[in-house]
Amino acid sequence: MSLEESQRGVGVTEDGDLDYDELEDLLGEKVLAREEHLNAEGFVIRPDDVQDVLSTLKERAGFDHLSLLTAQEYLDRYESIYHMKKYDDPTQEVSVVVPTDKENPVSESAEPVFRTADWHEREAYDLVGIEYEDHPDLRRILLPETWQGHPLSLDYDQDKPQIVPLREHANPLQPDHKDAESDTMFLNVGPHHPATHGVLHLETVLDGEQVVDVDPDIGYLHRCEEQMCQNGTYRHQIMPYPDRWDYVSAGLLNEWSYARTAESLADIDVPEYAQVLRTLGAELCRIASHLLALGTFALDVYGDFNVIWQYAFRDREVVLNILEDLTGQRMMFNYFRLGGVVWDIPEPREEWFEKIRDFLDELPGKLAEYHDLVTGNEIYQIRCVDTGVLEPEVAKEYGVTGPAARASGIDYDLRRDDPYGYYDELDWDVVTDDGCDNFARVMVRFKEVEESAKIISQCVDLLEDWPEDERTIQANVPRTLKPEPDTEVYEAVEAAKGELGIYIRSDGTDKPARFKIRSPCFSNLQSLPEMAEGELLADLIAALGSIDIVLGEVDR
Amino acid sequence: MSSDNQHVTTAQTKTREARMGEGVDDRFNSRLREVLGSMPFILTKFDKFMNWVRGSSMFVLQFGIACCSIEMIHTYAVKHDLDRFGSGIPRASPRQADLIIVPGTIVSKFAPRMKRVYDQMPEPKFVVGMGNCTAAGGPFQEGYNVVKGAEEVIPVDIHVPGCPPRPEALIYGVVKLQERVANGESSPVVVKPYELEEFSDLPRDEVVEKLADQIDEDDLVMRYNWRNSP
Repeated sequence: MSLEESQRGVGVTEDGDLDYDELEDLLGEKVLAREEHLNAEGFVIRPDDVQDVLSTLKERAGFDHLSLLTAQEYLDRYESIYHMKKYDDPTQEVSVVVPTDKENPVSESAEPVFRTADWHEREAYDLVGIEYEDHPDLRRILLPETWQGHPLSLDYDQDKPQIVPLREHANPLQPDHKDAESDTMFLNVGPHHPATHGVLHLETVLDGEQVVDVDPDIGYLHRCEEQMCQNGTYRHQIMPYPDRWDYVSAGLLNEWSYARTAESLADIDVPEYAQVLRTLGAELCRIASHLLALGTFALDVYGDFNVIWQYAFRDREVVLNILEDLTGQRMMFNYFRLGGVVWDIPEPREEWFEKIRDFLDELPGKLAEYHDLVTGNEIYQIRCVDTGVLEPEVAKEYGVTGPAARASGIDYDLRRDDPYGYYDELDWDVVTDDGCDNFARVMVRFKEVEESAKIISQCVDLLEDWPEDERTIQANVPRTLKPEPDTEVYEAVEAAKGELGIYIRSDGTDKPARFKIRSPCFSNLQSLPEMAEGELLADLIAALGSIDIVLGEVDR
Repeated sequence: MSSDNQHVTTAQTKTREARMGEGVDDRFNSRLREVLGSMPFILTKFDKFMNWVRGSSMFVLQFGIACCSIEMIHTYAVKHDLDRFGSGIPRASPRQADLIIVPGTIVSKFAPRMKRVYDQMPEPKFVVGMGNCTAAGGPFQEGYNVVKGAEEVIPVDIHVPGCPPRPEALIYGVVKLQERVANGESSPVVVKPYELEEFSDLPRDEVVEKLADQIDEDDLVMRYNWRNSP
């Protein structure tokens, strides 16, 4: 590993910036051309060099995080873009651009280099129609297997009829699912099941009570979010959709991912006052989201924890009330605007601040109560300690981010590492845990609630003292945004579940030509087999609950 | 129980003794009996009685799809507590449920599954469509994969609009349904252009020809004619 050999690693200048020329030298003649994206430079390579280039960048230059794969169709070609980052420093990014020809869109698979490319490439095949050579299992992932055509390709006819079969889910008692030698049993969990947190289908093979194989089957909530955003105008029509990706009240965190990307695309500066408002609202959302994760997880691991679920929802109601006062909605806030937020704090301001302070004052007591009930509970500990183990190296292979990664000891939080909003002005800590198990993941969320409370309380102090004539909530933004044609940008924020990123390519109109969402849940869910295989069936459910997925964001 | 004695009139006691024999304990007297006086039975139509029973206590299917299910959980949980109205116990099995609340966007892959879950519920069964997606596809109506409303697949008794509807709105919808059931008024709208049918029953056209080697003749399928969707 070059990172260990030299202090800075290949391609990094003494100031800690990326030196793309050095990276190009490293790749040699494999680089056909260079591209400028707003967030990073891109290297154009041949479709049969993908594995070589990606593994060189991973092994020699330390790009160990394959954040996203964007696939898109141009008039004259298909293109796959691998967005790579470093877990140590996510501001160091590089894109690998792989054009393939129109007639025969075949590109080499990156799966042998990064495990996470498996699902990303399946999605690219499903929606855009690029085929990946060497891919272990290239079949549709979001749409039904019998779907005709690739909906995000240019010539797709949406009015064409489609047929979807209802295959009887394999009956576990049928003899043909029972291998005489190994005596395994096939079991379906979902798509309508209380423990799957939505419409997720787990195809599970059991040996006795042990999980031998688990294959998540997703796509039961694929709502064409990317198409919807490509049909909307930058200024106002896209912002309502992010609320509906991660719908567990994480709305403002999601809105921020779009706001950040579009502001970077159109070069808009956000007034400080609005940044504080955004930070405050986003952290309230994080608390609401983590509380739901805790409540439902307790419900999953031990039925009688119903009471904890009720407590969690009691506390969520308080947060939702505060957010409703600010935004006017309980869940689908639509509060951010490009260049700021839509309106200021409700009058009388003191009353609203008082409400938040009351909540923050009661929070430590409530958390102590949760710790008494949950983490201090012996049954709970037996269920959670050392089950669902996810080693940090494995987590990185799968592109796991958010609380799930931090509970595996990966010190990665975009709020600190790639600062945005008002976070770098405030005093708070990134929570990590070396436990790597279900228990650690829940503990990280508990502690993050405390950290969020710290941030909120500082924001309230700031807002209270903010001079009245400097309360600018929005920058000047043109009524219609038309970014320069062929500008490409990929930006991410730290949402409740992890790194939520958006790639946008503009084509000179007021709508994006390609809008691609990097969903943290999608990557995190992909690592489920690593946590669950070899464990008991009950631990599979616990592992699934502990990574806290939202199907709206997995399927988009 | 002796304190209750003063409510019981002599006439009632006499009737009771005539019916049940002497010396029966007072605890057999219920509030209902007190209200009814000496009358030992109620006269009503059987249907009316059954409707009243059905409407007063409904078991809801524990069924979450999308964003609306979060608000649905809030409706069940403390503060809003749907159980106050007699319909707050979610059942995990469709075999035990009277009411299915459809909380979210229905997409092509899920619609056949939802139809199957609905079919598994015993009669009589009722449907509350929660949110705009179940009315007409909501904000995702133009999506290539989105079924334009729950009514394309199953009949819906009550639509609760909103994105998502507030818990109060959902409670209003459910209580309204209970009221209608109790009054014997519930008559769901039946549109249902999409049904499950055997693959071999479909008219042979281009798509069917293409899929003939992937789907068995007797597999159940749902055919989406997007062009005719609203």
